[in-house]
Amino acid sequence: MPELIINPGVEIRNSKFELYQFRMRLAIASGFVMFMFFLLFVRFFYLQVIQHEHYDTLAEANRISIVSIVPNRGIIVDSAGVLLATNYSAYTLEIMPHKVDNIEALIDQLATVVEITPKDRRRFKKLTEESKSFESLPIRNRLSDEEIARFAANRYRFPGVEINARLFRQYPQGEVFSHVVGHIGRINQRELDNLVESGLDANYRGTDYIGKVGLEQSYETQLHGTTGVEEVEVDSGGRAVRTLSRSAPVSGNNLVLKLDAKLQEAVYRAFGNNRGALVAIEPSTGGVLAFVSKPGFDPNLFVDGIDPQNWRELNESIDRPMLNRALAGTYPPGSTFKPFMALAALFYGKRRPEQAISDPGGFQFGNHFFRDDKVGGHGAVDMYKSIVVSCDTYYYMLANDLGIDNIAKFMGQFGFGSRTGIDITGESAGILPSQAWKMKRFRQKWYAGETISVGIGQGYNTYTPLQLAHAIAAIANDGVMYRPHIVDYVENIVTRGRTVVEPQPLRKIDIQPEHLQVVKNALVGVNKEGTGARAFAGAPYVSAGKTGTAQVIAIKQGEKYVESRVAERHRDHALFVAYAPADAPRIALAVIVENAGFGARAAAPIARQVFDYYLLGKQPTPIGVDKDSNDASPD
Amino acid sequence: MPHLIKRVSRLLTAHLDVQLLLVTALLMAVSLVVIFSGSNQNLLRVSSQMINMLVAFAVMYAFANIPPHFLMRIALPLYVFGVMLLVCVALFGDIVNGARRWLHVGVTRIQPSEIMKIAVPLMLAWYFDRYAKSLRFTNYIVAAALLFIPVGLVVRQPDLGTAMLISAAGCYVLFLAGLSWRIIIGLAVAGAASLPLLWSIMHDYQRQRILTLVDPSQDPLGAGYHTIQSTIAVGSGGILGKGWLQGTQTHLDFIPERTTDFIFAVYSEEFGLLGNVLLLFLFMLVIARGMVITANAPTLFTRLFGGAITLTFFTYAFVNMGMVSGILPVVGVPLPLISYGGTSLVTICLGLGILMSIQTHKKLVQS
Repeated sequence: MPELIINPGVEIRNSKFELYQFRMRLAIASGFVMFMFFLLFVRFFYLQVIQHEHYDTLAEANRISIVSIVPNRGIIVDSAGVLLATNYSAYTLEIMPHKVDNIEALIDQLATVVEITPKDRRRFKKLTEESKSFESLPIRNRLSDEEIARFAANRYRFPGVEINARLFRQYPQGEVFSHVVGHIGRINQRELDNLVESGLDANYRGTDYIGKVGLEQSYETQLHGTTGVEEVEVDSGGRAVRTLSRSAPVSGNNLVLKLDAKLQEAVYRAFGNNRGALVAIEPSTGGVLAFVSKPGFDPNLFVDGIDPQNWRELNESIDRPMLNRALAGTYPPGSTFKPFMALAALFYGKRRPEQAISDPGGFQFGNHFFRDDKVGGHGAVDMYKSIVVSCDTYYYMLANDLGIDNIAKFMGQFGFGSRTGIDITGESAGILPSQAWKMKRFRQKWYAGETISVGIGQGYNTYTPLQLAHAIAAIANDGVMYRPHIVDYVENIVTRGRTVVEPQPLRKIDIQPEHLQVVKNALVGVNKEGTGARAFAGAPYVSAGKTGTAQVIAIKQGEKYVESRVAERHRDHALFVAYAPADAPRIALAVIVENAGFGARAAAPIARQVFDYYLLGKQPTPIGVDKDSNDASPD
Repeated sequence: MPHLIKRVSRLLTAHLDVQLLLVTALLMAVSLVVIFSGSNQNLLRVSSQMINMLVAFAVMYAFANIPPHFLMRIALPLYVFGVMLLVCVALFGDIVNGARRWLHVGVTRIQPSEIMKIAVPLMLAWYFDRYAKSLRFTNYIVAAALLFIPVGLVVRQPDLGTAMLISAAGCYVLFLAGLSWRIIIGLAVAGAASLPLLWSIMHDYQRQRILTLVDPSQDPLGAGYHTIQSTIAVGSGGILGKGWLQGTQTHLDFIPERTTDFIFAVYSEEFGLLGNVLLLFLFMLVIARGMVITANAPTLFTRLFGGAITLTFFTYAFVNMGMVSGILPVVGVPLPLISYGGTSLVTICLGLGILMSIQTHKKLVQS
């Protein structure tokens, strides 16, 4: 406290008491000052000592911004290195919706600077509806240099809009590979939830895209790569001041396919204007050589979110281009089922190869007459002839003798009615009917009459083209089945190390080699002197095959199917299963041509072209099937 | 010859107070160091503040040499002039940021409320001195009126911060003049009771500031932003601070008004608790010296006015540091002697000059 020197002069004007009182007040004020400063000290101590760590964390969080560096997605090439999915860099104009009040008005304004089509607007609207919050969404892709310059000059007018350089996915082969390679698309909420659930969301920080279908989806973890992280010091405006640390991203792995792009394209072209599917497999490994579903679609449309108009067109098209027919389309196998039925007969001892039946042109079961294709019948038919001429009556009787559960048990070994386990998802299992199946599915018992049509590949049973190819490859490979796989190996682009998708033997089917030989001989006979002979006339290699025709609508009893009378979409599907060369098969395939009538006429020639290309290197030509002609060759 | 020089120099420095001068110079040195950091090493800003300091020293020197009885003579005219200016502001003032605070005078414009920070305590000190012999209760009523006329005008502008500082200065005079404890307590109770009324007449932005103080996170990017960021700066400084020029909150632009109202955040972030204690100590030295001068002042006028100046200095420092560390609402009060800016520096040094004058003119009064 102040020195209390009492000045005698002052006392003239102030009494001692007044001075004392003033100094008391001054002392109280001093105490008040000290108390208040002590309060400040307490506050400083609280902030800087007790809460220091908390505020230090906040200051660091202010200062340091974690920037994710998205890895380059792996590319996809065919067996010869042809690019099927690749990346290119381009500039996009992006809007951060949460920073903009009136998006419509903003887009109108933007349209005065860069071109924005109604299509862009519709696509953007769709994106905003399905996007995660706080991500910036592209209104325009692939800006030209001039547009970038024009936007840059006007940028101050557009808070919440930015130009970003991004890698774009491109599918140079377009629709030919649409159902194999698949495509990527923007991550939606459901996929984000899945990523969070599987703990992968950290690696997807900064990633906007994810594989949606096809190989892009099934090999997503390989293709995506590891996201890099950069710690950047930022100022209060969010501008980066300097980089503090950086861990580089690791690019995704490349996929090298077993598929042959030229073959695939050849097949696609061979279909001409027809719809259908073809799956070709290397029997000794299960490697998929061609995987076609026609029509396809342009996967590039999906990369940045498809605009509603294209989406509607693809979805509402009667041709159903979005359906992966090879993988998920299920069809009755028709007569292509017969060789497998013959093997069943030999397995269960119900027929001997040379044992002949008499075909009167059909089979009477109860009060139902199951009609053969050939009016008047094929006469005496043994096993070889039953396959070569595709005699229905032989298999009506055989099916009746075997019974549905024996058929189901035997056919199950060939993979009928179960997924093959191919390395893309979305596979259908098809239907291998049995008594138990019908009870489960319809809560009804099986009628013996229903077994009869199963014998010729009609009735309840439906399979995918992939399953048919898988099964015929099993015959070609003497009963040893491999899991079909499209990818040959995964390549690490840094180390160049390869992870081979090993051929996986699924099982060895329980059949005698001599039994198998009987059927194989008959299959060669089909292409030499039977229903496939015309298609394979003059081929310099020996091939084996079986034609088939699958009914789309049931034909009334006693009525003959006449193609020209039936509406196009109700016409029969043409099928063909084959392999070649017959003695040492290198390729096995199944092909279906929708609503094209007899398999011999529409499907077998495609198989011929595939074999000619694959075995001889001959370029294919599209096949025009004259659908209105009525020279029905038997199946 | 040396004798002559000695005499002349003694004459020139006769009215300076060495203690006050030293501490002031020390605080100004700190100011320059912090302004250099806060302005992102802008030497132009530092040198321009040095010029402000020279002017402030000149003013301090001048007022140290003006005897207190001269100040007594100008108390009433200055007060009347100031109130008139405030009335003019209310009638024809310029509106800046929604408040009518500025008055155009020829080429420049002035903020008359600044004058009242000195004029009100000066007027009250003069008034009590004049009626010292026969102080009655009515004198306190008149004094209260003298205080609340300008305060009311400033509140209306609206400028709550300045109004509070003016009334604080006035209240210090009333308190030191011996206002009875019964009335002080009574007023305190009445004041607390009238808080809801005060709240109801407050402007929205004023309420917002109070609300923000209670919970800054309510509006982290708006009104609460300044408080949050300056509190983070202080807290992250820790015991020793991040070091001169090393404050991240400062140099990455998170602290607003880094060289003026929020300069303490810069200082506190870079020099930590130790720096804060040093600064509190320096401020205490100024205040203690002011108290000593006041306690020994020869007349009632000088005691009351000196006490008011000293306590006002404390109030500035406390309010500013309290605001930066998040215990007081954001009001535009600079940190005395540290914040960049000529006006506040000159005002503060003027007050310190008056304290020196009170200390060094005792003998004249005596004789």
